[in-house]
Amino acid sequence: MLTSGLSPELIKDIFAAVYLVATLFFILGLKGLSSPKTALKGNTYAMLGMLIAVVTTLFYPTVKSYYWILAGLILGGTIGTVIALRIQMTAMPQLVAALHSFVGLSAVFVAIGTYFSHKQAGELNSTLMVELAAGSFIGAITFTGSVIAFGKLQELLSSNPLIFKGQHYLNLLLGLVMFGFGAHFAMTDSFVSFMVMTGIALLLGFTLVLPIGGADMPVVVSMLNSYSGWAACATGFTLKNNLLITTGALVGSSGAILSYIMCKAMNRSIISVILGGFGGETAAASTAVGGKTVKSAAVEDAAFMLENSKKCIIVPGYGMAVAQAQHVIKELMLVLQEKEIEVKFAIHPVAGRMPGHMNVLLAESDIPYDCVFEMDEINSEFSNTDVVLIVGANDVVNPAAKTDKSSPLYGMPILDCYKARQVYVIKRSMRAGYAGVDNALFYYDNCALVFGDAKAVTEGMIKALKEG
Amino acid sequence: MSETMIGIYVFVLSCVIGYHVIWGVTPALHTPLMAVTNAISAIVIVGAILVAGTGDNGFTVVEVVGFMAVFLAAINIFGGFVVTNRILSMFKKKK
Repeated sequence: MLTSGLSPELIKDIFAAVYLVATLFFILGLKGLSSPKTALKGNTYAMLGMLIAVVTTLFYPTVKSYYWILAGLILGGTIGTVIALRIQMTAMPQLVAALHSFVGLSAVFVAIGTYFSHKQAGELNSTLMVELAAGSFIGAITFTGSVIAFGKLQELLSSNPLIFKGQHYLNLLLGLVMFGFGAHFAMTDSFVSFMVMTGIALLLGFTLVLPIGGADMPVVVSMLNSYSGWAACATGFTLKNNLLITTGALVGSSGAILSYIMCKAMNRSIISVILGGFGGETAAASTAVGGKTVKSAAVEDAAFMLENSKKCIIVPGYGMAVAQAQHVIKELMLVLQEKEIEVKFAIHPVAGRMPGHMNVLLAESDIPYDCVFEMDEINSEFSNTDVVLIVGANDVVNPAAKTDKSSPLYGMPILDCYKARQVYVIKRSMRAGYAGVDNALFYYDNCALVFGDAKAVTEGMIKALKEG
Repeated sequence: MSETMIGIYVFVLSCVIGYHVIWGVTPALHTPLMAVTNAISAIVIVGAILVAGTGDNGFTVVEVVGFMAVFLAAINIFGGFVVTNRILSMFKKKK
């Protein structure tokens, strides 16, 4: 062994020092994401940190056999790499949800395994058992919660919120019973209680995420991201390993901040998201607002207006992802730029199914990131914009959020598209957005709807522009 | 200080670092942020390796459980980092 001949205390310190280096690499990695220029380097730092952590651990004095470890590393590594290389960018939210579930389950297994290994070594005490219980239940909730989130995003489950009477009481009861069994385990070292607690946590993961609707998925995905970090933290406490505690805390706070940003962008409290029930699809009231009616425009009309504009802003939403329209949007951008029309993209923080979803899709279709703007950066520009083209976004451009106090969206920050000279909305039908709210923008004088599939309509526009 | 108390110190201070670093991340990169934090949350693999390597290459519960934990965490590490790399390579500036 590499470490033979050294005192156990010294060995511990050497490992802790190397782990500290890994921790620093993780922080540098996250720091790199402050700009797209440094981001790739940041990812390399993070990978380096992980490499250091894994290789160092392989030399830990208590690690005696390698077959199971290598089998897990090779098998898991291969599967992970293959999935990551083949996944479509539109399926990114599902992939992230699936990966969260793996971390959760892994933390549960680590807790169970650590329980047995410490029991054999006679090192169990009540502090450790509290920490084991925490690691196991956070991991278990992350696991099943993420499975449900995955099912909803992959549309294996209905993305509608599933609500029933007494739901919150059931969750509360489950939570209390879970803590009860956890406490019993910590006091009596009853393995049965440990397992019952974990089982209830698994159930709780289901019942907590099922009532949350499709529109709230960006918050849920961020929250589960956070949980996976806290699970790593709890595992760190059981192992007295500061690397895990630090890394888990970084991930946990990252997910928590993202959840906060998403909630703020929807003007909802985190509590109301967790309680769920928001975001069912209800039939839109097709009655005119204030005697006004919706105008529809032909593809050619919209193309004509675009051609005669000086500046246009494109607003992508989840509908663009569904129609896989990002590549034709890029073509549209090029055609417009050839005609010396300024093209910008405006992205609302909750557009899509996860934070930053739209940015990734636009980047995928080779749209330079310096054409893409966040809500706060671009909102002042709508008033001097000739044409706004909305592709599959709905609630995030609804001016009712500013004007109509009775609207469920009231108070939510929106993209001020209505201020532009002309707005075109590409839409498949008159169905309401995820919030189930009729969009007041459609009744504005400067707004017209172009009905059809986002991809087909955009292709039609490109054709008309090239001929025109 | 007990080991647990030291752990709590480390935990709280790390949350403070996390808070400052994460607010510095540009919103355009929030998806890769999730992907990369996902990969690094698989740091539980350290615990998984310790569990999986305790025995003598037998078929004990501890080893099988440890193997599962290593396996799942490894999917995350490789999947998370590779997909982050893919996403970040797509972000390009205007030529």
